[in-house]
Amino acid sequence: MRKVSALNLGALALGIAFLYLPIAVLVIFSFNASRLVTVWGGWSTRWYAELLNDAPLLESAFISLRLALTSATIATLLGTLAALALVRFGRFRGRLLFAAMIYAPLVMPEVITGLSLLLLFVAVAADRGFWTVAIAHTTMAMCFVTVIVQSRLADFDSTLEEAAMDLGAPPLRTFVSVTLPLIFPAIAAAWMLTFALSLDDLVIASFTTGPGATTLPIRIYSEVRLGVKPEMNAVCSIMVGVVGVAVVAASLLAKLAGARGAPARAR
Amino acid sequence: MKHPERSALERLVVRVPFAWLLAFFLVPFLIVLKISLSQTAIAQPPYTPVLDLAAGWHGLIAFFGGLSIDNYVLLGSDPIYLLSNVKSVEIAAFATLILLVIGYPVAYAIARTPRRVQAVLVLLTVLPFWTSQLIRIYAWMNILQRDGPFNDLLMTLAIVKEPPAWLSTDTAIYIGIVYSYLPFMVLPLYATLEKLDESLLEAAADLGCPRWKTFWLVTLPLSSPGMIAGVLLCFIPIVGEFVVPDLLGGSQSPMIGQTIWLEFFGNKDWPAASAVAVVLVCLLVTPIVIYQNQATRVVGRE
Repeated sequence: MRKVSALNLGALALGIAFLYLPIAVLVIFSFNASRLVTVWGGWSTRWYAELLNDAPLLESAFISLRLALTSATIATLLGTLAALALVRFGRFRGRLLFAAMIYAPLVMPEVITGLSLLLLFVAVAADRGFWTVAIAHTTMAMCFVTVIVQSRLADFDSTLEEAAMDLGAPPLRTFVSVTLPLIFPAIAAAWMLTFALSLDDLVIASFTTGPGATTLPIRIYSEVRLGVKPEMNAVCSIMVGVVGVAVVAASLLAKLAGARGAPARAR
Repeated sequence: MKHPERSALERLVVRVPFAWLLAFFLVPFLIVLKISLSQTAIAQPPYTPVLDLAAGWHGLIAFFGGLSIDNYVLLGSDPIYLLSNVKSVEIAAFATLILLVIGYPVAYAIARTPRRVQAVLVLLTVLPFWTSQLIRIYAWMNILQRDGPFNDLLMTLAIVKEPPAWLSTDTAIYIGIVYSYLPFMVLPLYATLEKLDESLLEAAADLGCPRWKTFWLVTLPLSSPGMIAGVLLCFIPIVGEFVVPDLLGGSQSPMIGQTIWLEFFGNKDWPAASAVAVVLVCLLVTPIVIYQNQATRVVGRE
């Protein structure tokens, strides 16, 4: 067992506190009864109750949820296909370009991704709205899916697939009954993470949206630009909760995947 | 490969995502490049020339004849662009340095804890990254208000007499950026420190090397791949950062991400915004290429 020195412990405590205190402050303030955000007026859930009467906000929340479901699903499909192509297909024409296009969006500033997609939509005269944002989010998210699924595919025992094929299973059957169950936890984790990404995005959505598709982050941004508001503290706390649960669930799934894959590797 | 002849289904596996990325990543970027060479026009879309495929060969000649590098000349001569470029790089450089100084001890400490605890600590470090940056920065707007908790704390500890204004200052930008990007610095550092061969440290100790010197001569140089990765992972996106400077910073000297946003939504100068975007990508591609070279050299040496 390694010894953890007091100095290391101090660095850890400070680091974790720095990461979590601001979020804790936000959640505590969301239960503040006073309208003046900085004056403590006792505990209250009134700002959460008031959210229920805010029709535009609820509509935006609904749009964001639908958007996250749509883009996470399409991105997971496309990203998984891309991961299969990169790991299992060896060399094919355009592989270098393909790999570059998978990794580039991961480091591209969001402002540029948003700008370039908007210019595309304008150039082809597409009506901007729900679907243009969905396409934009899918493009950004599928690259994350590919990276996650790819590492899982590269990790597991490919002799299992070979065994299935030797026993006469056609490729599609092998994929459905051997490969898919093995990589499924990674796919599920990737879906949840892309769901969170889409739910959180402000910049790309701002560029690609149109009338009738104001997402929750865009609505929040336009409210908080002018200053701190108690209702916004409540909305933000709810979003922190939703995303937190999704990510913890995703990492538990990934861990489960690791545990299930381990015996295969040990042999 | 066992099956050199791929079935139609297998070809589809490559072609569908490939086509999607071509259509929604590469083509849009080429459009940005093209518009950055166009002129601003009061029209819809607000730029000229527009490529008119119906006009055939003459249309093509007119199109290329209409392209110009005016926007890039403007970027070089207009102090607003120059300032926002310089400011972005400056903020990104200092913020990355601060991140390295703060992130290193945290990553080092995580790597020193027992294995079981490490997994939990890594999850704790990554978790805030998945909550919206907008929300995390908004939390800091709460904290840094003139009569907010941060000033309350400073007043109680009698560090300041008058509550200073934090919002709309560069200090606030630094706080917001360091807060947003800390996981990006800690993770790659942790990944290399965790793999560090401890027998090397024991050998140094056996030979009578003091601990600070072992750290300086052994640990620090061996963790340089993690430092390079962390620095790039932070520096590149910080240069193009929009949310932090917009919500926490002042409006008098915008960063380059804000400039693009403003040219686009405020001034409707799409060609200028595109030119800024192209310059930004060039600024960012350079360090990536350098890093790739570095990485292949390291692999080649091993």
